[in-house]
Amino acid sequence: MSFAKNLISGTNFDHTGLNALQKVTLRAVVMAFLFFGLTATEGMIMRLVVTGPANPLPAMFSHPAHYFSIMTVHPIVGIFGSTYQLVFAAFMFLVPFLTKKPLYSIKLANAVWLLITIGTALAWLSAFFSHYAPLYTLYWPLPADTTQFNVIGGIVFIVGVALIMLGTLGFIYNIYATIFARVGVHKNKTTKELLISGFGIDGMLNIWHKITGRPPYSKEPALALPVVAIFRGTVDTFLDALVILGAGILVLIYLVADAGGMSLNVASINALLYKNFFWWGLDLVADGLVLIYVAGSWYLLASLITGQKLFMENVARAALMLELLVSWMVWSHHLLGDQGQPEMMKLISGEMVTAFELLTQGLALFITLVTLWKARPLKMTMELKYLLGGLVGFGLAVPAAIIQADMGMNRVLHNTQWIIFAHVHIALIVGLYMTLYSAVYVLWPIVTNGTKMYSHKLSNIHFWLHLIGGIGMGAFAGMAGLQGMLRRHLYVHGEFNHLMILAAICGTMVLIAWALFLYNIVMSVGIKGLIGIFLPAKDKTASYGIEEE
Amino acid sequence: MTFASSIELLRFHNVAYTIYAFLIISIIAWFGYNLTKKKKANSLVRIPFYAYIAFLVIGGVGHHIFTYNTIPWVSEDISRDHITPDQTFNFEIKSHKWILPKEKINIKCGQKVLFKVKSDDLTYGFGLFRQDGTMAMQMQVDPGSPNEILWTFNHNGVFDLTSTEYSGPAQYDEEGNDLMKVKKLVKVTGCTGGQK
Repeated sequence: MSFAKNLISGTNFDHTGLNALQKVTLRAVVMAFLFFGLTATEGMIMRLVVTGPANPLPAMFSHPAHYFSIMTVHPIVGIFGSTYQLVFAAFMFLVPFLTKKPLYSIKLANAVWLLITIGTALAWLSAFFSHYAPLYTLYWPLPADTTQFNVIGGIVFIVGVALIMLGTLGFIYNIYATIFARVGVHKNKTTKELLISGFGIDGMLNIWHKITGRPPYSKEPALALPVVAIFRGTVDTFLDALVILGAGILVLIYLVADAGGMSLNVASINALLYKNFFWWGLDLVADGLVLIYVAGSWYLLASLITGQKLFMENVARAALMLELLVSWMVWSHHLLGDQGQPEMMKLISGEMVTAFELLTQGLALFITLVTLWKARPLKMTMELKYLLGGLVGFGLAVPAAIIQADMGMNRVLHNTQWIIFAHVHIALIVGLYMTLYSAVYVLWPIVTNGTKMYSHKLSNIHFWLHLIGGIGMGAFAGMAGLQGMLRRHLYVHGEFNHLMILAAICGTMVLIAWALFLYNIVMSVGIKGLIGIFLPAKDKTASYGIEEE
Repeated sequence: MTFASSIELLRFHNVAYTIYAFLIISIIAWFGYNLTKKKKANSLVRIPFYAYIAFLVIGGVGHHIFTYNTIPWVSEDISRDHITPDQTFNFEIKSHKWILPKEKINIKCGQKVLFKVKSDDLTYGFGLFRQDGTMAMQMQVDPGSPNEILWTFNHNGVFDLTSTEYSGPAQYDEEGNDLMKVKKLVKVTGCTGGQK
C-alpha cells in the first residue's frame, strides 16, 4: 500500500463499523495523545531553557513570566488533559466490557472528554496569554496575588480547571452508574453485594474464611478484580475533584472580588492549613488513584496477556482496600519541610504511613510478576513489553519517593529536581504511560474492530526511545537535584548544564518516540478514519461483545 | 556511622540508589528474557511470599530508623523546642525582599544556630547553599506560621541564601536572575575538617 493511501485511508480501519462506545473511547484517546505531545513539547522547552545561554530557543522562553506560565500548565496538560483522558477513556470502555453491561450514558461520556479538553485548553490559553502562573500547587495566597498576575487570566485559568473537575465528576457518575446498574449479569445482585465486592470486603472475608477453615465467603465475586480497582481508585478521584474544586472556588472568590474593586484579606486563610487541605486532595491523585488504577491495570493486563487467573486474587482485592486507606493518610510527606506542621503528623502521616506504599505497590508488582511467570512461555508481544516497562518505572519511582519521605532526607532534597524527576517523571512517563501503552495495545484490536497496526518496527522503536529517554531524563535531572538544583526555580546561566544537556537529550527521545507513535497511529487509521472517529456513530450500542437488553 | 553534612549524605544516597536502580532494571530484564523461554527457567533465588513482605516492611520502616540514627539534624529538629540555641538570627520577607539580621552571620563550628524567618505575604523558602551550588539545608516559610530551624554546622564554609519555594515571577529580574539570592551571607569557621 502506498504512503499516500495509508495516510488517507489507513490500513483496514473502518470508522463506520464502530459503535457509540468504541467511538467515544477513541475520541478521548486521540485528545489524550495530542495533549501528551503538547506537554512533552512544554517539558522540552523548560529542559532547554535550563541548559543555559547557549540554548537555541528565542529569549522569550527564558523570561520568568513566560517560563513559569509554561511550568504551570505543563502538569495541567500532562496530568488532566492527557493522563486523565486516557485513563477515563480506557475505564469507560473497560467497565462495560468487563461487567458485560452497557455504559450508563454515552452522552455523558462525550461530555467528559469535551469538558476536559475545553478546560485544559482554557487553562493553557490563560497561561499563554496572561502569564498566570501560580503553579499546580496553588500555594496560598499566590493564586490570588493580583500584584503579580492578571485577574482575568486567573479567572479563566480557574474556570478551565473547574471544567476539568466537572468532567471528572461526570466520569465518576458514569462509572458508578454502570457498576451499580442491575442489568445483565448483575440483574439479581443487590447494591449491598456490589458494594461489598467493590470495596474488596469479599476478598478479605475469603481470606478470613480460609484461615478459619470455612468455605469461601464468595466463590465468584460480583465484580472482576480490575473493576474493583477502578471502583476503589474512583473514590480517590472523587475526593480529589472535590478538593481541587473547593480550592478553585476559594481562589475564584478572591479574584472576582478583586475584579469588582473589592480587595479581600488573603491573611484570612491560613496558608499552612490551606496547604494541608490542598495536599490532602492533590496527593489522592499521586498516591491514591494513580497507584490503585495502575495496580488494577497490571492485574487486568497480566490476566489478559496470560489468559489465566490472577495469582493470589483475594490478597490483591484486600490490598486495594488497604491502598485506599493508606492514600488518605499520607499527605504530610509533602509538608516535611514546613516547620509549623506538627512533628507527630510528619512522623505518622509523612513517614510511617507513607512507607506502607512500598508494601502495597510492592505487592502489586509481586502478584503481576508471579502471574506472568506461572504462564511461561509467553510471546514477547508489544503489550507484554510495555507492561514490563511499566513495572520497571514504578520499581524505580516508588522507592525514590519513599527515600525522600523522611525527615532527614527531606531537609536536603525537598523542592529539588530529585523528587520531580527521579520520582514523578519516571512514575508518569515510564511507569504510568508504559502501562497505558500496554493497555492501548491490548485494547486496540477490540476498540478498532481488528485494525492492523501500520508498522511493528515503529512500535518497537517507540518502546525503546520512550523507555530509555524516560529513565535517562529522570536519572540525569534527578542527579542535578542531588547537587542542589531546585525544581521550581529558574536557572539561566547554565548552572547545572552538563546534567541538563543529558536530560534534554533524553527528553528529546521521549518527544521523538511520541511523534513516531502518532505517525504509526495516523498511518493505521488514516486521516479519513481520524475524522470519522469524531462523526456520530450509526450504531448506538453502548457496550461491547454483548447484546443490549 | 554519621553523616555530618548533606554532601556526605547525598553521596551515599547517590551510590545506594544507583545500585538499586541497576538491580531492579536487571531483575525485570532477566525476568522478561526468561518469560519467553520454552525451557523452564530456574529461579536464581526462591523468595517466599512472606519473606518478600517482611523485606518490604523492614525496608520501609528500617529506612527511617537508619536515617534517625545517622543524620544528626533529625533528632535535633524534633526536639528543637527543648534546645537552647547558641545564636539566633531573625529574618523577614516582604514583597520578595529579605529583611536580614543587622549583625553579620558568622558562626563557630558546632554551634547550634536558630534561624527564625517570618513571611509578611507569600509562601517562600529558606535555603542555604554552598559556593558550588549544593544545598546545605532548607525549610518552607509559610505566612502566619512559625518558621524556625535549628542547625549545627560541622564544616567550615560560606553559604548563599535564597528562597527555595516559588513565590511568583517577581523573584526574578527580566533576564531571569534571582533577586532573592544573597551571596556569601553565612560564614562558618573553626572546624578542623575543612570546607564541606
